[in-house]
Amino acid sequence: MPTVEFMGQNFTVDEDGFIDSFENWNEEWVQWVKKEEGIEELTDEHKKVIEVLQDYYRKNGIAPMVRVLSKVTGFKLKHIYELFPSGPGKGACKMAGLPKPTGCV
Amino acid sequence: MAKHDTPMLDQLESGPWPSFVSDLKEQAERRAKNEEGVEFQIPSDVCEDLLGVLELSFKHGRTHWKHGGIVGVFGYGGGVIGRYCDQPERFSGVAHFHTMRVAQPGGKFYTTDFLRDLMKLWDFRGSGITNMHGSTGDIIFLGTTTPQLEEIFFELTHNLNQDLGGSGSNLRTPADCIGSARCEWSCYDTQALCYYLTEEYQDELHRPAFPYKFKFKFDGCPNCCVASIARADISFIGTWKDDIKIDQEAVQGYIGGEFLPNGGAYTGRDWGPFDIAKEVIDLCPTDCMWMEDGKLKIETKECTRCMHCINVMPRALRIGDDRGLSMLVGAKAPILDGAQMGSLLVPFVKVEEPYDEIKEVIENMWDWWMEEGKNRERIGELMKRQGFQKLLSVTGIKPDARHVQEPRTNPYIFWNEDEVEGGWERDVDEYRKDHQR
Ligand code: HEM
Ligand code: HEM
Ligand code: SF4
Ligand code: SF4
Repeated sequence: MPTVEFMGQNFTVDEDGFIDSFENWNEEWVQWVKKEEGIEELTDEHKKVIEVLQDYYRKNGIAPMVRVLSKVTGFKLKHIYELFPSGPGKGACKMAGLPKPTGCV
Repeated sequence: MAKHDTPMLDQLESGPWPSFVSDLKEQAERRAKNEEGVEFQIPSDVCEDLLGVLELSFKHGRTHWKHGGIVGVFGYGGGVIGRYCDQPERFSGVAHFHTMRVAQPGGKFYTTDFLRDLMKLWDFRGSGITNMHGSTGDIIFLGTTTPQLEEIFFELTHNLNQDLGGSGSNLRTPADCIGSARCEWSCYDTQALCYYLTEEYQDELHRPAFPYKFKFKFDGCPNCCVASIARADISFIGTWKDDIKIDQEAVQGYIGGEFLPNGGAYTGRDWGPFDIAKEVIDLCPTDCMWMEDGKLKIETKECTRCMHCINVMPRALRIGDDRGLSMLVGAKAPILDGAQMGSLLVPFVKVEEPYDEIKEVIENMWDWWMEEGKNRERIGELMKRQGFQKLLSVTGIKPDARHVQEPRTNPYIFWNEDEVEGGWERDVDEYRKDHQR
């Protein structure tokens, strides 16, 4: 697995740039993904999406459905794409340190 | 000299059918020679490594692609299927081998100019290998690397006026039969409706917002050349309401042997002279045809528009003039709870721009499924779980005998409380007054 060194931290990632384990997530990881995902400034709204994803993942062991993410954050899907140009899966889940989305993508 | 030995694949170069192995080898050679001096943006030996890894899979009887892959372009949640080889050192040319789905035109009509432009781009930034087309309909670019994705997308949109197709839990790329473009049985303009709805729902196609995937397919008549009834969550199948048009003279032409039945589709074998009784009248599923004074008659009220008689005598029989389509819902492959074909929801709707009636049904269904659908539950499965009745109520469609093939045989019938006099609130002491313990 490739590794990334950023702001004095080492991260192990897969080919798609998802972190190997949720346990290894930290603030520096967020900064790294921000750069990778074309996000200029990290706002409170970004942080809210990340928090909701992480809470949900800790409680349920899976990422929430898009609909649930929209409901809990109050952000329409369109707005989530404004925050995370790659979308809730490739963008937000990656930044939140959740495992890579699977299935018939 | 090829990069890898491919003894097993080489065997697939013999035989009469066009060999994909020969084609891949030709493309590999073309890239190796590079007579046009293309500055290849991905490894020039990508085709050789693809053959190499495939040969290894033939040997092992197992795939050599890693699980999954999440790549894409900014702004969209789908359109690209990421793929990585599990032997990247041995087959570095296909270490990244992502597939891009490119939206195809209605009926898959092309000009060579357009295809040349597409291939020029794909030779330069991809493997040069394609799938024409994916089962859903898309043009498939097979094999490129992550850094090329945005580059290809930029070229497609800015210079070829062309968008990506769909993937993920969203509306996938809609597809249609050739329709009125070249078929006399087309009951509506399949390409027009397919194009319109594809444009209308671009947002639903590019940004996954659904519990699971959702597909549209458009067939001009019940022959279903794009197989909508089996391969789309909503199938749009053309039909008509009035009489089949009969040209009695042409009927005589068939009887007299002047015209070949089924447009000559069975000339490969001697089936004897055409027998209208045996091949048409007796095969009509509803028995609604007969000959009277040398004329062919059809009792329209009993005709189910199965297409058989029209298919057999295309010069003599024509679809009616009062045309529209039926909408069927819920087709899906076996996973998870079994295969389904579309179930009739809207028996007949006129097909007229801006297609408001059709859009209303679609959007009502989506509202219901997006709210009630479980994670990765196709609409066909939601219909099973919550009932067809529920689908009717969310779409505001009145139950109709045409909604069933046969009525239920079990008596587990649910009543709404307001349909039952007195409701459900009952007092057992009241009951006891007439019935001792
Ligand atoms: C060892 C004792 C008994 C056994 C093993 C037995 C077994 C059964 C079975 C297997 C059924 C069919 C259930 C179904 O298919 O849904 C049935 C139905 C029934 N049994 Fe019994 N039963 C027993 C005693 C009794 C007694 C003592 C009574 C009445 C005092 C009774 C009254 C009924 C009735 C009314 C039905 C419903 C028949 C119908 O649905 O048409 N059973 N029983
Ligand atoms: C703890 C005790 C009992 C249990 C758990 C029980 C459970 C059941 C169940 C599950 C059914 C099938 C319902 C259906 O599928 O529609 C049934 C039917 C039935 N039970 Fe009981 N039962 C009990 C006691 C009794 C007793 C004591 C009697 C009679 C004195 C009785 C008479 C019947 C009859 C007549 C039916 C058939 C009703 C029909 O045909 O629709 N049951 N019972
Ligand atoms: S589905 Fe019907 S209308 Fe469409 S191409 Fe086939 S036969 Fe013609
Ligand atoms: S379309 Fe089918 S049902 Fe109708 S008359 Fe022809 S054969 Fe009979």
